[in-house]
Amino acid sequence: MRKRPLLTAVALPLALVLAPALGAGGAAAEELVAYEVVEGAIPASLTGVPGDPEAGKAAAVHRQKGNCLACHAMPIPDQPFHGEVGPDLSAVGSYLSEGELRLRLVDSKKINPETSMPGFYKVEGLHRVAEKFRGKPILTAQEVEDVVAYLLTLKGN
Amino acid sequence: MRRIGIVLAAAGLISVAGAGVAYTDSIDWGTYQVGDKRSGYTYAQPETRAMQDDDFENPGFLLMDQAATLWETPDGAAGKACVGCHGDVESLAGVGATYPVYFEPWGKMMTVEQRINQCRTEGMKADPWKWESDEMLGMTALVKHQSRGMPVNVSIDGPAKPFYEKGEAFYYERRGQLDLACANCHMDNAGLQLRANTLSQGMPNGFPTYRLKWQKVGSLHRRLRGCNDQVRAEPYERGSDEYVNLELFIMHRANGLPVETPAVRN
Ligand code: HEC
Ligand code: HEC
Ligand code: HEC
Repeated sequence: MRKRPLLTAVALPLALVLAPALGAGGAAAEELVAYEVVEGAIPASLTGVPGDPEAGKAAAVHRQKGNCLACHAMPIPDQPFHGEVGPDLSAVGSYLSEGELRLRLVDSKKINPETSMPGFYKVEGLHRVAEKFRGKPILTAQEVEDVVAYLLTLKGN
Repeated sequence: MRRIGIVLAAAGLISVAGAGVAYTDSIDWGTYQVGDKRSGYTYAQPETRAMQDDDFENPGFLLMDQAATLWETPDGAAGKACVGCHGDVESLAGVGATYPVYFEPWGKMMTVEQRINQCRTEGMKADPWKWESDEMLGMTALVKHQSRGMPVNVSIDGPAKPFYEKGEAFYYERRGQLDLACANCHMDNAGLQLRANTLSQGMPNGFPTYRLKWQKVGSLHRRLRGCNDQVRAEPYERGSDEYVNLELFIMHRANGLPVETPAVRN
């Protein structure tokens, strides 16, 4: 098992920003894992535990979790109604690296501030989050790793 | 980093191009489209549109029939009915197309629902109706229905201006765990599929609306709460200043589109 990256110059201020928000959010809030962004990617795993593509596929489909199909087409034909708001992800694993996919999932606004893709692993900088979800990321760190592992299997035809 | 930018830009183009091929884009929508503005009617399924087109199929009419009875029924300590002061409900033709309006005594905007309750509490000395009650939905629908087919014509001049600006700010502000603004869905992505839903421009010209999902007629503010809920944002109360100002912004955005009340939507 790889070791979690130490707090870095990038991650430290983030952690400081998170601390008060988490404090206000109550005990249920998960302490977010700090990470480092290197050239448009988060190269290191958030958990050190290898992602499970099958679990990632399930989390991607789940409407209360990734719900990626709301916005994306994915090669999951047994699911009806794939969204069109974002690009087709059928071959995304062939042109984005693991680290690029991870940043895309964690906080896509770090790549494109105007995007309509939610940050799946962030709790700061949000406005009027419903109480039930306050201080909590949409996906857990391990779910992010699982979804990244699943996306890496999508190589198109 | 650079490469990602290019890939994403290309992806953006693809999804924008996708908007152009939606089959509804090639239909002549008559008055349901004014320039780039399109009523939710134009994004609805054919069966849903057929239900709206047929007054006998449209469940909104049942509620309006009940409201027509209430219009003539005295209520409250003053023993008055709407008809006593207003005459036939047809006399309100055109009124619903102009709301929300600035209401001097409050120093803020007023919706049709609030106008009706003002008449009830002040004119009739009757209890106010709850926002989402059948009485209020039916009467609001009945009042707005008198303007059916007339273009929405909401003014944002003079005292309405600052309230419009608040509504506008709300519209563009991202909110909720999903961090999305109204504009992200109803401006940037109108015409595209959000899972099974075709995103419309989010026009309010058909409210109160019969929604198949609700199996019921519902108010615009109920819809706004739903649109806040789905991005996991804390909604506001029906009739709150926030929603009234937001209603002003989106009604003005719909200026020129026909009043459709009671519309039918998915
Ligand atoms: C609310 C809509 C929305 C949701 C939900 C959403 N995305 Fe996205 N996604 C987008 C948009 C829009 C883009 C296009 C890039 C941009 O806007 O920056 C995008 C881009 C991407 C990209 C980059 C694709 C490329 O070709 O460069 C990946 C990977 C991705 N999304 C994965 C996911 C996954 C996995 C999920 C579910 C966990 C998800 N998205 C959920 C809207 C969404
Ligand atoms: C005691 C008399 C009285 C009664 C009863 C009454 N109203 Fe009114 N109503 C008024 C007055 C006065 C106005 C303000 C007229 C104006 O601003 O031009 C008004 C305005 C309105 C308006 C807005 C008209 C506009 O031009 O903006 C609506 C809609 C309305 N009433 C609906 C109702 C309904 C529905 C009922 C019955 C539940 C009702 N009223 C009962 C006196 C009454
Ligand atoms: C995640 C995307 C999303 C966001 C954000 C969103 N909506 Fe919606 N909205 C929908 C969907 C889906 C529907 C149902 C299909 C349609 O008409 O677009 C809808 C419907 C509506 C309708 C009914 C349209 C009609 O024809 O009856 C209105 C009005 C509306 N939205 C307003 C808003 C406002 C105002 C906001 C901001 C508070 C907002 N929406 C935010 C997705 C969204």
